[in-house]
Order: sequence, then structure tokens, then C-alpha cells
Amino acid sequence: MNTIDKSLIGMEFPAVHVTVDCGGVQAFAHSIGETDPVYFHRDVAIARGHGDIPAPPTYIFCLKTQIADPQHLYQDIGIDAGPGKLLHAEQSFEYYLPVCVSDQLTFKERIADIYEKKGGSLIFIVLETVVTNGKGQQVAKICHTEVLRADA
Amino acid sequence: MNNTQSGKIAVGTLIDKVTLPAIDHTALMNYAKASGDYAPVHLDTDYARSMGFPDVIAHGLLTMAYLGRAVTSWSSTRQLRNFSCRFVDVVHLGDILMCSGHVTAVNHSDGEQFAELDLLVTDQNDQVKLTGKATVALSGG
Repeated sequence: MNTIDKSLIGMEFPAVHVTVDCGGVQAFAHSIGETDPVYFHRDVAIARGHGDIPAPPTYIFCLKTQIADPQHLYQDIGIDAGPGKLLHAEQSFEYYLPVCVSDQLTFKERIADIYEKKGGSLIFIVLETVVTNGKGQQVAKICHTEVLRADA
Repeated sequence: MNNTQSGKIAVGTLIDKVTLPAIDHTALMNYAKASGDYAPVHLDTDYARSMGFPDVIAHGLLTMAYLGRAVTSWSSTRQLRNFSCRFVDVVHLGDILMCSGHVTAVNHSDGEQFAELDLLVTDQNDQVKLTGKATVALSGG
């Protein structure tokens, strides 16, 4: 049975740096069935006022997880996140500046909250990631809530 | 090209629905490669069955990405300020997802106008798979 030390709230993970890659954005856009030329032609993106080809809204989540494997993250904080124990419950994004190809992003993730429901049989873990660009400007905030079945 | 000039938007305005092809193994493998999420429950039938599912299930973030497509094709990525969702139910192979939404409020702040949207992803049986919300900045006009 999992129990979680609530003093982990506020714990920060090492920063992750990534440059938004054109091939990666286009493969992602293709995989979700996008046909809008704004994701495939730089001149279209610029004509529509983007700095470069924009990233589809949820792509920044993938940029983070491609580099920082969430399984390792859970191991680091002593959570047994084996098969069937964790469920993705909620996901949110706040966008402050556009994310485009060639942007250099830094992801800083921390445990924003841990709480229980149903007498402790469900443990909710909220991970918050602040994303900044190469100029140090905040471009987005990602919030990711997982539910852990404590008795699984 | 844009539906979101402020004069055209009011409470109750619908975003254009997006209906997706039935979920299949190829769609899940393509998303796994593009997203980096290779969790076996999305790719390996035997593994998914060992967890009690009839077959592999779709990535939650794939469903959210489809919904994001509906929002940004109605507006644009640059106008999106906020996008959130709750994963309500598992998406199975063969499910035909439909993304929809409507405006619940139009707000003004710092000289800009924003539409608040309630969003929904349902399947071919009208079963709710995901509920969401978004805030979209409206263009002038």
C-alpha cells in the first residue's frame, strides 16, 4: 500500500531544457490529424502573424515528458507507480506567450499538491510545470493531476 | 478565416464540431511516436488485457489534443489562453470521438475580450469521454 509523505509538497525537480524542433512539431500535428497548413508551412505561419510554425496546444506536455520520464520522477519520490496504479485525472495549460519552432524552453516542475480522497484509498498528486523561454519570459504553466490507487 | 471576431461571439455560440476517424492501432502508434508516450497499455493488446481492458486504450492526451484541434481551428493557437480537461472515461479501439463546445461567457479584461468555452468529447454512443474548458482571446472588430 502506498502512503505519501506530504512534506514532498513543494519539492522541485531538476530543470529540463529543450529546443522546439520543426520535425517534432510536424510529426505531432500529423499524429493528431491536423491538416492546417500553419503547422506545415513556415510562410503560412508567418503570414498569419506567428513568429514561426506554432506548436499545437498540448505539445509542450510531450516536450517535457520526452525528456523527464515520469516513471523516474515517481520512483525518486518513493511512489510505486506500477501498472494500473496511476491514472491521469486532469490536465490544464495556461498560455502566456506563443510557443513556436526554434524556441528554447526551460521546464521547471514541482509537486504543487498531494491530497487524499475516499479515506486515503485515492491519492491525488498535482505536478505543476513552469515553462520559460530563452529570454527568461514565462510562456506557459502546465498542471497535471494523477490519481494513485493506494490499495492497488 | 477566423470565427472569433468579438462582434460575432455571444453566450451560446457553438464552435465547429470535429469528428475523428475510429480509433485504431495505427493512430495510437503514431501518437506514441510523436508524443514519446510508449506506455504499453496503449500499444500492447496482451498487456492491456492483463489490466482488465478488452484491448489497448487511447492516450488521454491524444483525446485532449483532438479537442485542442477543435478549439484552435475555430480560433488559433495564439488566441488560446487557457485549456483544461478532466478525463472522464477510457477511450477504446473503434471509438468515434466527436469534439464540441460552446461559449458560456464573454469577458473583458485589460482592454481585451475573452470567450470562455465549455468543451466536450463524446463517443458514437454519446458517452462522455472528456470534459474541458478553454479561454480564447477574441480578435478586434
